[in-house]
Amino acid sequence: MEVKIKLNGTLVSDDVPADMLLIDFVRAHGCYSVKRGCETSSCGLCTVLMDDQPVLSCSTLVARADGRSVYTLEGLQAEASEFVGFIADQGADQCGFCNPGFVMNTIALLRENPDPTDEEILAYLSGNLCRCSGYAGQQRGIRAFLDSRKAGEVQHG
Amino acid sequence: MDRPEYQSVGKSVRKKDALQLLLGKPVYTEDITPDALVVKLLRSPHANALVESIDVTRAKKIPGVVDVYTWEDVPDQRFSNAGQTYPETSPYDRLILDRQLRFVGDVVAIVAAETQEAADKALSRIKVTYQVLEPVLDFRTAKDNPVLVHPEDNWHLFGDLGGDNKRNLVSATADADGDVEAVLADCDIVLERAYHTKAYNQAMMETFRTFTQLDRYGRLHVISSTQIVFHVRRILSHALGIPKSRIRVEKPRIGGGFGAKQTAVSEVYPAFVTMKTGRPALCVFTREEAQTCGSPRHEMEIKVRLGANKDGRIRALDVATLSNSGAYGEHGWATSGLTGHKSIPLYTGSLEAFKFTADVVYTNMQPSGAYRGFGATQGQFAVETTVNELAEKLGMDPIELRDKSMLHEGMAMPAYYGEVANSCALDRCAELFDWESKYPVRDMGNGKVRAAGVGMSMQGSGISGIDTGSVTIRLNDDGSYMLAIGAADMGTGCDTILAQMVAEHMDCPVENVSVFGADTDASPYDSGSYASSTTYVTGMAVEKACAQLKERLCSIAADLLDCDPAELAFEEGYVRREATGQEVSLTEIAVKSQCNNRQPAEATAMHSSPVSPPPFMVGMAEIELDRETGVVEVLDFTAVVDCGIPINPALARIQAEGGIVQGIGHTLMEDVTRTPEGRIRESSFFTYRIPTRLDTGHLRVEFENSYEPTGPFGAKSIGEIVINTPAPAITHAIYRATGVWHRELPILPEHILLAKPED
Repeated sequence: MEVKIKLNGTLVSDDVPADMLLIDFVRAHGCYSVKRGCETSSCGLCTVLMDDQPVLSCSTLVARADGRSVYTLEGLQAEASEFVGFIADQGADQCGFCNPGFVMNTIALLRENPDPTDEEILAYLSGNLCRCSGYAGQQRGIRAFLDSRKAGEVQHG
Repeated sequence: MDRPEYQSVGKSVRKKDALQLLLGKPVYTEDITPDALVVKLLRSPHANALVESIDVTRAKKIPGVVDVYTWEDVPDQRFSNAGQTYPETSPYDRLILDRQLRFVGDVVAIVAAETQEAADKALSRIKVTYQVLEPVLDFRTAKDNPVLVHPEDNWHLFGDLGGDNKRNLVSATADADGDVEAVLADCDIVLERAYHTKAYNQAMMETFRTFTQLDRYGRLHVISSTQIVFHVRRILSHALGIPKSRIRVEKPRIGGGFGAKQTAVSEVYPAFVTMKTGRPALCVFTREEAQTCGSPRHEMEIKVRLGANKDGRIRALDVATLSNSGAYGEHGWATSGLTGHKSIPLYTGSLEAFKFTADVVYTNMQPSGAYRGFGATQGQFAVETTVNELAEKLGMDPIELRDKSMLHEGMAMPAYYGEVANSCALDRCAELFDWESKYPVRDMGNGKVRAAGVGMSMQGSGISGIDTGSVTIRLNDDGSYMLAIGAADMGTGCDTILAQMVAEHMDCPVENVSVFGADTDASPYDSGSYASSTTYVTGMAVEKACAQLKERLCSIAADLLDCDPAELAFEEGYVRREATGQEVSLTEIAVKSQCNNRQPAEATAMHSSPVSPPPFMVGMAEIELDRETGVVEVLDFTAVVDCGIPINPALARIQAEGGIVQGIGHTLMEDVTRTPEGRIRESSFFTYRIPTRLDTGHLRVEFENSYEPTGPFGAKSIGEIVINTPAPAITHAIYRATGVWHRELPILPEHILLAKPED
């Protein structure tokens, strides 16, 4: 079947099998940040933004993305760069395999709720598994980013 | 003791690959390799069966299928998939494909196809007639069972490790000091307890995967997600029957390992396909394969006899381990040894005698391997829980009780190969807790109760007298350095930690040190990243290589200054001639090293340690237990760790936090159960529940440093020890809340609700 998808801001037309999953489509179009961790919609590694909403690309048919906008981390480098350094400062990147899904969902969180509480962060990201970090470093990193942004706002205000 | 102030060591430097990883760059096996044949494996539906006949003609006719291989196509030469240094302690008990299938998931056939769809279709078209045999599915009855998992005559085990395939024995170990029976008979109190732990899965986010191709010289080029490039080269050489010189193995970034990738789980299959077809091949395990056909922790039953006096002094320990190796023997002997050798020495302070035995048996279940903690995890759960029970029986504070018996710095440890604890802050770790305020059980008045528990731990730093690490450090022509290593950074940050050490020795910023690794063609030999070895063993190779490189640089500078190298010294990134005040910059030396030069501006050094200094840790869990539902919530986990001097405190902290959360998972949620036919039920992340960020509670990690004289900058290891304390600490807290000792892990809500208090 023919699909037209705005992938990271560029219109992509392709003839795809009807049972193709979005994760395989975006990887086939060079978006290697998108990772498959489980095949059962349990891990959050394959998170992409479809019409600005975070979805699991391993459980989404390409057909469902037809006519829509899909963003992967490849298309959101600048937005991610605002905060990922704070995760790096904690050493919480670790093996990195879960990082893209985690970063994508954090972008979605911060767009929806620019000043989340610790509980709101934990709840929003609870579907993003990580086996290395124990999560605490990721949390400290996000908190440090939010604090530094607030300090900046106070300074500029 | 005053320590020098370092520039790079002891600093929380960002990992060198951090931004690449966090920004999702293509750095993993599946991202960087070209189009390849898809390699899929047909797996056995039976726990024990013989392939009576196998017909692949229909499968081969499917468009896109390149070939299908069966047991008739592979060499009849047994090998082990275990990543271990000579003398290898795992039996040679595998063929690439065997006519006998030994567990549900054992490989029956290899399919190579142009596409995933063709490969999947081919799997369904292979016609196999199985002769189904009775399996061995209870590891307690495996030894001397009439059903043999490995009846074959070409089974082979190096050395005298007590293994015998005609008895279903992978190995048998015995160690003792003093007369345990006599001391036990003289003790006021003797506790005899049995514990059971499961085959926990590492559940690293990137499953096993390997790409293979023939390189431009016709050699087999392997790009694999592995912790052990050099061992993989040897294993493939044995399995395929080709010389090591014809094989190159490299690892890109690795999506986690935790020991799983210390076994060559996926490598042989695409390698075999590439050797047969001459074409690139890629094998990616599904999560289901990683859960059911991987290389998890050894299931164990551990019996403990503990003898003590009424004052709480622990006088005798007898640890008897039965370990379930599953269908193959990878890491069986080595893991079983740690159950005693890393639990008993914690009580060196008062112990008069110990005995330790360990049988490792074959069963028709998923083969086990290496997992962070490597046997110490299971042994310490058993011993520490028994010690907590002793404290409760005597009505003593469990920290106070341990204080009478624990290991102190300077003591020789008879149960740890006689090694002396030259760096040990265990006592100071225990002191740091606010134990008195947490210890009383608090009824919250809403059906919930809060309680706390504790556990101690030790591990090693590399395998003494065996693990070997080496590095090459080269001066680049712009005055920066290139560090080539054979150790494998699997996300832990060893590339960065070793670079910090180079920067400290060479007096330069960490940014001036690039790191390359690991590649068997280009890296100096390293046994690999496992056994908590990299910081401690490879770190010392860095120290030696830097010393040699400084001499070389002085020697090249002496040519420039036309003087004796003895007049020169390497200081602050310059070579200086004290007598004249002359100095030569690194750039000048580097340029000189490329013109009319006879000595390389590089050095390679190797290190191996005769000892394996243990790091130490005390962990305390505070839980809230719901009496109505049996649900246990970890509110707070406090850990104090002695890893010597942490080279990178941020990375050490993350190791601790990540390990603690894995330990919480093993204790409270991760389970492995089987159908009566031997099929694992927890085959996905739906059913094998690893902790989410809502399950961890508040983690608090403190470091209480000792200084290890044989380690780089006083460092010991951190990677493994951190997983060990949650099981005994949480089990203890659950006892405090309910009055029941749970001796089987995991402890699920239904176990808590159904359990009855003991007398």
